[in-house]
Amino acid sequence: MSEQHEIEALVSRDYQYGFVTDIEQEIIPPGLNEDVVRLISAKKNEPEFLLQWRLDAYRHWLTMTPPTWAHVHYPPIDYQALSYYAAPKSASEQAEIDANRPKSLDEVDPKLLEMYEKLGIPLHERAALAGVAVDAVFDSVSVTTTFREKLAEVGVIFCSFSEAVHSHPELIKQYLGSVVPPGDNYYAALNSAVFSDGSFVFIPKGVRCPMELSTYFRINALNTGQFERTLIVAEEGAHVSYLEGCTAPQRDENQLHAAVVELVALDDATIKYSTVQNWYPGDEFGKGGIYNFVTKRGDARGNRSKITWTQVEAGSAITWKYPSCILRGDDSVGEFYSVAVSNNYQQVDSGTKMIHLGKRTRSTIVSKSISAGRSQNAYRGLVHIAKGADDARNYTQCDALLIGDRNGAHTFPYIESKNSSAQIEHEATTTKVSDDQIFYLKSRGITEENATNMIVNGFCKEVFNELPMEFAVEAQALLAVSLEGSVG
Amino acid sequence: MSLLEIKNLHANIGDKVILRGINLTVNAGEIHAIMGPNGSGKSTLCQVLGGRDGFEVTEGSVQFDGMNLLEMATEDRANAGLLLGFQHPVEIPGVKNIYLLKESLNAQRKARGLGELDTFAFMKQVRELVKSMQMDDAFLHRGVNAGFSGGEKKRNEILQMLLLQPKLALLDETDSGLDIDALKIVSEGINRLRGTDRGIVLVTHYQRLLSYVEPDFVHILYKGQIIKSGDKSLALQLEAEGYEDILKAAS
Repeated sequence: MSEQHEIEALVSRDYQYGFVTDIEQEIIPPGLNEDVVRLISAKKNEPEFLLQWRLDAYRHWLTMTPPTWAHVHYPPIDYQALSYYAAPKSASEQAEIDANRPKSLDEVDPKLLEMYEKLGIPLHERAALAGVAVDAVFDSVSVTTTFREKLAEVGVIFCSFSEAVHSHPELIKQYLGSVVPPGDNYYAALNSAVFSDGSFVFIPKGVRCPMELSTYFRINALNTGQFERTLIVAEEGAHVSYLEGCTAPQRDENQLHAAVVELVALDDATIKYSTVQNWYPGDEFGKGGIYNFVTKRGDARGNRSKITWTQVEAGSAITWKYPSCILRGDDSVGEFYSVAVSNNYQQVDSGTKMIHLGKRTRSTIVSKSISAGRSQNAYRGLVHIAKGADDARNYTQCDALLIGDRNGAHTFPYIESKNSSAQIEHEATTTKVSDDQIFYLKSRGITEENATNMIVNGFCKEVFNELPMEFAVEAQALLAVSLEGSVG
Repeated sequence: MSLLEIKNLHANIGDKVILRGINLTVNAGEIHAIMGPNGSGKSTLCQVLGGRDGFEVTEGSVQFDGMNLLEMATEDRANAGLLLGFQHPVEIPGVKNIYLLKESLNAQRKARGLGELDTFAFMKQVRELVKSMQMDDAFLHRGVNAGFSGGEKKRNEILQMLLLQPKLALLDETDSGLDIDALKIVSEGINRLRGTDRGIVLVTHYQRLLSYVEPDFVHILYKGQIIKSGDKSLALQLEAEGYEDILKAAS
């Protein structure tokens, strides 16, 4: 069997998380109009200000058109054919009864818990061992949040977004949309109108969050969009590390995921946001898979604040995602470390924006793309140095690794500097996993699969080093699965 | 039983015939040198024995330690105790040397039903080898062959060989590109592998390696066939007279 055939055999392996959970769901019928927006808001018993905010976003969205500049291709999405709210019944009934009351683990549908177990999410005591607090979002609603008491002791708020709307409306009012305004872009506007749930994190002044916080997102329902919203606020001197993971069932239809993540770091605060994204990527012929159209932005608002994005992007049929930093405070720091893997017919257009506004602001971008199969993988990045950003520095490194010869890696770096004291460096490389490398490793007794993993992991090491320990292991395993034997 | 037995081996690359009936037997405890002018098929022989794709064996057989070598996957050949030392070791940036050493040793141990070597014992062994090859420990944490000089690459091949302790080492022009000091270090490394239960095949252009690693047999490969075999004096004769006379005499 030639290497090419081996690859194809291996690449056609199944998506491990493709199961569907048979659970009674409450779904708002497909279609989008103001009534649907009102209904979502009513289901969550939201205060008037939030309903108005949603409606404004919806009206704005109606005037917008989807972006077309990305290096991705897909048929137009029929937004009227999607359902904008799906909730496991027990949870939604409960939400209606008392949206304010925190849900304990015993009240969660056992089927849901079983599913999270399948996904390997440490929801129970395992969570305690791992020291990870988890918020799990199933389709549109947050199912449970672990460790809330322990976190509350130090004043950390970690709960579902809907809950925060009731328990801390003043914080929501103050920070919601302050980083990604409702009209920021087409998908952010849509999210603002129909977002269903998500996570809220608040780290008060001077507090170092005692554990990693984590959210797992899961799309289960058919023809449902998932629109979650995450808001993380770190007050002066606060530190937090947050991880997000995602999976979805295997379906022939494309599913839309349009999330918004907003981070706010005040003076001397640090936020580290890590993502291991493993949405269903579609099958080997490019059928099905998630459209991952996500807006993530951090506002390093305070002086000496720091925001780090680390992402391992392995899933989704199409990824459109640019976790960015606005370096507003003087001496603030933005970092972006990314591994984007694409196989089969996946399309990735991802990168970052570093907007330097404050003086002596620094940013680092390390982007690693790995393209296999017939995939297309683009890095798109903007480094902007504003007029007042004296002595700003940026270092960008973009490396592309090609496996096989039917895929494409593309780099679209934009650099805009309005201040002559800026120092900007950009390095880019493109390499191919060669037959010689594979043969060399095989001749030392290493299987082709392991040989590929060694090369790919070596290529990604700089980024994996940025991930929290247990997730670095997960990321390596994920890469191994995504690329099994895809050397040609 | 012989360690390696090549019988009437024919091989093509595309429609070009390169090996035209090689016969060679290597017994445990023996060192063989294969010499020959450029294009005679030396590297092809190494690659075919190593299991490289792209070559078609059209005739003949190869037995290695009682197994049909040509039916084995490359990694299985390695795990069975065959080591191919490369003429041009490829660079693999990002994969640390130490990682390669560990992975390959453990892969081979696993194939032989042994457990993984514990890290402490492994590091001790590797450090000693690094020292014996007169290399710096820092080399362990560099990418495999990445940015290595020609000499460092070859020393790295020998270091891997000494760690893996193959039954048969097939060294393809390990001496090329070495200065005299490096040649000595590499030769000493090869001599250390020498033993009654192991075989070594040296593929080389030059006699100078053979004055450090004394072969039991010398073969001359020409146009895909071994046209003359002898003892180490053949290499000296070759050095003195060049290929032309010997080729003429043999044909």
